[in-house]
Amino acid sequence: MTSRELILGRIRAALGDADEVAEPPLPRGYLSAHAPAEDPVALLDLLHRNLADYRALVHRCTEAELPDRIAELLAARSSRTVALPAGLPASWLSGVGDVELLPDDGSLTAARLDAVDSVVTGCALAIAETGTIVLDAGPGQGRRLLSLVPDHHVCVVRAPEQVVASVPLALPRLDPARPQTWISGPSATSDIELDRVEGVHGPRTLEVLLVKS
Amino acid sequence: MNGTFLGMPAFPQAAARAVRDGQLRANLRHATHTIRDKRARAVAELPDWAELRAAGKAIKDHTLRHLDRYLVQLEESVTAAGGTVHWAADAEEANRIVAGLIRATGDSDIEKREVVKVKSMATQEIGLNEALAAEGITAYETDLAELIVQLGDDRPSHILVPAIHRNRAEIREIFADRMAAWGRPAPESLTDSPAELAEAARLHLREKFLRARVAVSGANFMVAETGTLVVVESEGNGRMCLTLPRTLISVVGIEKVVPTWRDLEVFLQLLPRSSTAERMNPYTSLWTGTTEDDGPSEFHLVLLDNGRTAALADQVGRQALRCIRCSACLNVCPVYERAGGHAYGSVYPGPIGAILNPQLRGTSSPVDASLPYASSLCGACYEVCPVAIDIPEVLVHLRERVAEQGGHPLERAAMAAAGYVLDHPAALAAAERLAGRTRALHPRRLPGPGRAWTDSRDLPEVPAEPFRDWWRRNRA
Ligand code: SF4
Repeated sequence: MTSRELILGRIRAALGDADEVAEPPLPRGYLSAHAPAEDPVALLDLLHRNLADYRALVHRCTEAELPDRIAELLAARSSRTVALPAGLPASWLSGVGDVELLPDDGSLTAARLDAVDSVVTGCALAIAETGTIVLDAGPGQGRRLLSLVPDHHVCVVRAPEQVVASVPLALPRLDPARPQTWISGPSATSDIELDRVEGVHGPRTLEVLLVKS
Repeated sequence: MNGTFLGMPAFPQAAARAVRDGQLRANLRHATHTIRDKRARAVAELPDWAELRAAGKAIKDHTLRHLDRYLVQLEESVTAAGGTVHWAADAEEANRIVAGLIRATGDSDIEKREVVKVKSMATQEIGLNEALAAEGITAYETDLAELIVQLGDDRPSHILVPAIHRNRAEIREIFADRMAAWGRPAPESLTDSPAELAEAARLHLREKFLRARVAVSGANFMVAETGTLVVVESEGNGRMCLTLPRTLISVVGIEKVVPTWRDLEVFLQLLPRSSTAERMNPYTSLWTGTTEDDGPSEFHLVLLDNGRTAALADQVGRQALRCIRCSACLNVCPVYERAGGHAYGSVYPGPIGAILNPQLRGTSSPVDASLPYASSLCGACYEVCPVAIDIPEVLVHLRERVAEQGGHPLERAAMAAAGYVLDHPAALAAAERLAGRTRALHPRRLPGPGRAWTDSRDLPEVPAEPFRDWWRRNRA
């Protein structure tokens, strides 16, 4: 007998007492959102607050201001090299001056990224109630290691179309077949006497640009 | 006695030792109180917590009732997404499968001798690191706390913050003394500031992440419908392990399956708030099989039984399999707070450990037979549990089982008394309140016929306020 058969057999034997009567439907009396899902202005404010509460650095701008704002953020950290996922709008980086741009064509290795100063990505969506941005490796987001290895991550969120109120409203918009990374603030640990320290392994600085379209 | 720490004394002796360790108690007390206060606030933010909890309980019960069906469905979806599924009936088989997979990978020697690991209770339960070491394979733990534990040649003492029994000075000493033997040494000038200690760990581990070709993980959830696995974490070491190596091996208990993608909406709300008291943990990774040009090109899922089907066969006890390992029950437990995690003789400490271990491992060893008694039956663990596991009910049930196999006569009497109080909640509440007011007068040893019982146990100090009252006040 294989272990598969053995385990499945043990389960069936263990459930021998299961009565065959129809089970009641699952109780799903919880809310689909705790925030005002229909109010984009309030949602954006809430997202801003919750991101900041988890120590992401949050900035707001318009579509037209975006290239300059990205350039400013990179300059403020003296970033010399910036990794870019495939499919990121070229215009976003049109404001940077003397910075080496490394578009990912699949050849950027973890070792190379370890020496890169910053990465700029878009996202699939953001969840206001929890202060979370979700990357699903779609265009402009790239492979998972891009937003992981460099120490500085700049992430662009378009409002209102990419902002949802809650986790229950986020899941139906995401495709389980795509690998996903949900990010709520920068990497952190509380393992040493419960003191919170940012950035053990992921980027130590997460900057989120909320762009009103 | 699979999974029991070797030579582990029964809970009362181990606990008595821990209770006399002042540093340990102070650290634990600080940790549990801080986390539980934060948690109460995070939970109070959601007005529908009770409904989420009811849904979490119902989804898990439904899954357990049809576990065979959902595991087969999971196997199909993982396979369709490019993964390979293995079934392990016990710890030994799981370890053998993982070692075999590691040996089969890579073409250079080092790839067959080293793996990086993200903290996983399932792999601790089966003693994977030790089994791999016996095969000449080194498993590097990459969670900061696990690193502290591993370098210190120590054992984890808490589900969530495994090194909580160590303070910063001890951690600095461990890093300065031991890092060099495992890889990149700690910086010369290392102080005990948490930021510097974290930086030392970052540098020490990054070297390993960039080199590793194989990673081993657990998972918090597996979705039968889609074949998706979910890992929640804070530090990013999970993301490193899940995305950088070429081969990923996940060892997951069969009870971690949930039926649908939608079900994650319940657990991704319940888990972070219950566990680290956050609205959402910093990182959540979800992956479905393999993705071309992104992440590991080989994915293996090892489905672990190791006693879970035995727990499933116990109609009262099987609810322990709903556990999502949030550790909230540890932080409210007056016994855990004083005894610490090591006393439970397992990777599953605290109230959940007191009911899970005897079910997974049976009650024949002294430590497993004593665990159902490692509780004051105050009910605090049940009230905080996000999937509403009635831990006191299972404790009493397991005490009966131990008593039937010829438990200690005094323990039989204690069990009867506990049963009476549990059947009379008003009496329990009154007793707790009375005890709170008179606690300065409480003895460390019971007088009269109870003395034998306290020979091996210190009476727990009585909390200033019964948990029920505290809960009501803080939730209101
Ligand atoms: S028993 Fe409940 S409270 Fe305890 S760790 Fe498991 S889910 Fe959390």
